[in-house]
Amino acid sequence: MAWAFPSNAVVNAMDHPVILKISNLSKSFGPVQALQGVDLELRRGEIHAIAGENGAGKSTLMKVIDGILRPDSGDIVIDGKAVTIASPTEAQKLGIGFVHQEIALCPDVSVAENIFMGVTNTSKALLMNYADLRKRASAILRQLGDIDASALVRTLSISQQQLVEIAKALTLDCRILIFDEPTAALTEREAKILFEIIHRLAGQGIAIIYISHRMAEIFDNCDRVTVLRDGRYITTHDISDTTPEQVVAAMVGRVIDKLYPEKQRADEKSDEIILDVSNLCEAARFRDVSFKLKKGEILGLGGLIGAGRSEIVKGICRLEGDVTGTVALHGKPLSLAHYGDSIDAGLVYLSEDRKGEGLFLDMSIASNISALAVERVASRAGLINAGRETRQAQELGRRLALKCGHVNDAVSTLSGGNQQKVAIAKMLSVAPKVIFLDEPTRGVDVGAKAEIHRIVRDLARSGVGVVIISSELPELIGVCDRVLVVREGRITGEVAGDDMTEENIMYLASIADERPRAA
Amino acid sequence: MATTTNSVDGEAGSAGNALGRLFRMRETGLILIIAVLFIVMSFASPYFLTWDNMRAMAMAFAVEGIVVVGMTILLISGGIDLSVGSVTALAMVIAGWLFLNGLDPWTASLIAIAACTAIGAIMGFFVTRVGLHHFIVSLAVMVIARGLCLLGTGGRPLGLYTLPLEFKFIGQGSIGPIPVVIVIFVLFVVVFDFMLRRTTIFRKVFYTGSNEKAAAYSGIRTSKVIFLTTTLCAALSGVAGIIYMARFGSAQPTFGVGMELNVIAAAVIGGASLKGGSGTILGAILGTILLSVVSSSLALLDVSIYWQDIIRGSILLTAVTIDHYLNKRRG
Repeated sequence: MAWAFPSNAVVNAMDHPVILKISNLSKSFGPVQALQGVDLELRRGEIHAIAGENGAGKSTLMKVIDGILRPDSGDIVIDGKAVTIASPTEAQKLGIGFVHQEIALCPDVSVAENIFMGVTNTSKALLMNYADLRKRASAILRQLGDIDASALVRTLSISQQQLVEIAKALTLDCRILIFDEPTAALTEREAKILFEIIHRLAGQGIAIIYISHRMAEIFDNCDRVTVLRDGRYITTHDISDTTPEQVVAAMVGRVIDKLYPEKQRADEKSDEIILDVSNLCEAARFRDVSFKLKKGEILGLGGLIGAGRSEIVKGICRLEGDVTGTVALHGKPLSLAHYGDSIDAGLVYLSEDRKGEGLFLDMSIASNISALAVERVASRAGLINAGRETRQAQELGRRLALKCGHVNDAVSTLSGGNQQKVAIAKMLSVAPKVIFLDEPTRGVDVGAKAEIHRIVRDLARSGVGVVIISSELPELIGVCDRVLVVREGRITGEVAGDDMTEENIMYLASIADERPRAA
Repeated sequence: MATTTNSVDGEAGSAGNALGRLFRMRETGLILIIAVLFIVMSFASPYFLTWDNMRAMAMAFAVEGIVVVGMTILLISGGIDLSVGSVTALAMVIAGWLFLNGLDPWTASLIAIAACTAIGAIMGFFVTRVGLHHFIVSLAVMVIARGLCLLGTGGRPLGLYTLPLEFKFIGQGSIGPIPVVIVIFVLFVVVFDFMLRRTTIFRKVFYTGSNEKAAAYSGIRTSKVIFLTTTLCAALSGVAGIIYMARFGSAQPTFGVGMELNVIAAAVIGGASLKGGSGTILGAILGTILLSVVSSSLALLDVSIYWQDIIRGSILLTAVTIDHYLNKRRG
């Protein structure tokens, strides 16, 4: 990805006085330290990238700047004056605008009304002056692109909606404009137009904060980059003085601890292929996905959020999407029409959204566990044998060290880690041949996390094929024997053994464009 | 340790089973309220505790109870059907019309029930394939079915004076002292209560209603489940229509106006949630009995018919409010 812009002029202190200075900012949520002593310096007219892994604290920092969160300690100075930003309204008054990652517009209302929603909200006028609203909206939209102010937002494309979000921020006379991964939903061409606009805004003296973990974007468009990691400030560089590799190293530079179970031993290696996926494609979301899963190994799928990892796995299981390509299990090609067929064949998927897609919270533990195949605890005539259902839950519960009162209690009475064990028990109830785990330890405490890792390793040892998706690099490296990296719907590389480092994975996930798969 | 329990709700579960307790509380609570009403009414009106009155009350709720069974299952799956009253009337009208045009009443009835089943299937199609909401689809069908009733009869009841005795036996006969209607009702209740608690197919109804997404992610074809519950509810409305016809000896195109509200109220008072995922046949039937006992009591006490609606509505509101608070505490 190359953006057609001249090399970035060095931002010097004289032409570009500091507009925002944050020092020693900390914020914790209960026991979790989200930000710890973070510094940030923003100058007029610069495009300043904030880079960091998922969970590094980028969003928390932005929410503090936007007044959504209050910091525990630290100073925020705007134009030389110390300020406290208690609410988004106050942030607006200070000239801080925020273009959120997710578009938050009212789809059935006109563009003009959306743009002036904030103004209307605080206005004392009794009646709306639509003609005036439209005129003012058109004036702002003219500098952004060709959008009709009276059109309904619903009829606009995603990129146009994003422009409306920007217009909304601009109405507030902002001097600082925050973009939170704005290109996530855009095509390359739309992104290019967006960057032209961002450069123009910076040229007018607005200070831009640009959040992204796409190195190409940062290096083609930004003036400086600040790296956060684990809620701490790591470094700030002029883009002209650094390289993508350095930035990635700063983003991940962390020693992996020994929290993880033993890996596959050399004598456990097998050439037996359990699952063979080839040329899997789905129109918009992934293409040419091919890989082999060997017996006894844990295969990881790495990549950024939104890279298409879940989509690929759901495609294999026929959970969603119109998928082409072949999937063979133990050498036999499968013809699956529906997820029920996948379950029958022995492929099961653990959803990343435990509460939304994984569990029946108000139903009992036992009936949750049997949900994947109630027939297994029923007679041939289709009558559920309650004793068998209870025993199945108790057996699997023991195997997974599930801590619960009684298996007839509702799942909602359990802690996050134990709920996740119920979700895993549900997968195991059908004695699967391949199990796909999507973010299996999300929202789970450290102890339960280690137990889940142990369970997964035991499964692999017992001959079940295991594929794990995780956005947590240390987990991926700690648990998996081999990691495939997915970027924009394609497998961009494979790492194993000593090559399995955070730098390599991040490189493949965010920089590498076309690179032959490592042998 | 391996306590055997034969319900999804885990009624025989541990003492710590909050959900089980809640459901037990609901059903025992309803029985208690009904018992108190009985005691009070037996003092208030000497006529209340007579065999004739008991029989009349049972007859009043028995046929509607069959519709309540279908509605409860539909509610558990997350749906709702406002057309039950119209569809019940349509079953009467179709069967009555066919009978008057020379068909024997049994075949006519089967065709009428099949037609109602087809109407359910059409609603199921609009909900699962087209993706419309149950509420809107069944509202439209409610109006259409009523229109068909009036169209087919010119708005006048069809007198079916030549119905054979053995057909009228369904609605008017007795086996010993027990009216056939009650026998049929009890059969439906027992069979469907058992199936709902024990069979895999109806367990999938609970999964679907409890969390449709998670059900789909468990390999359950949720649209098939919803299609079936929608169809079943309409089919049972058709069955009810035929029994009414046998009982009245006529087909009344305006019968069943407002029935949907009574039926939904009974199911909800009995513990079914409009959000899906919970409800029992037993609870819903107790809800039906409660509403029926209240109506009958108010009639015996010479309370104006207008007050009866107000009181019924208030009972529904009270039940739902109690539910809401219990759920909030549980969450």
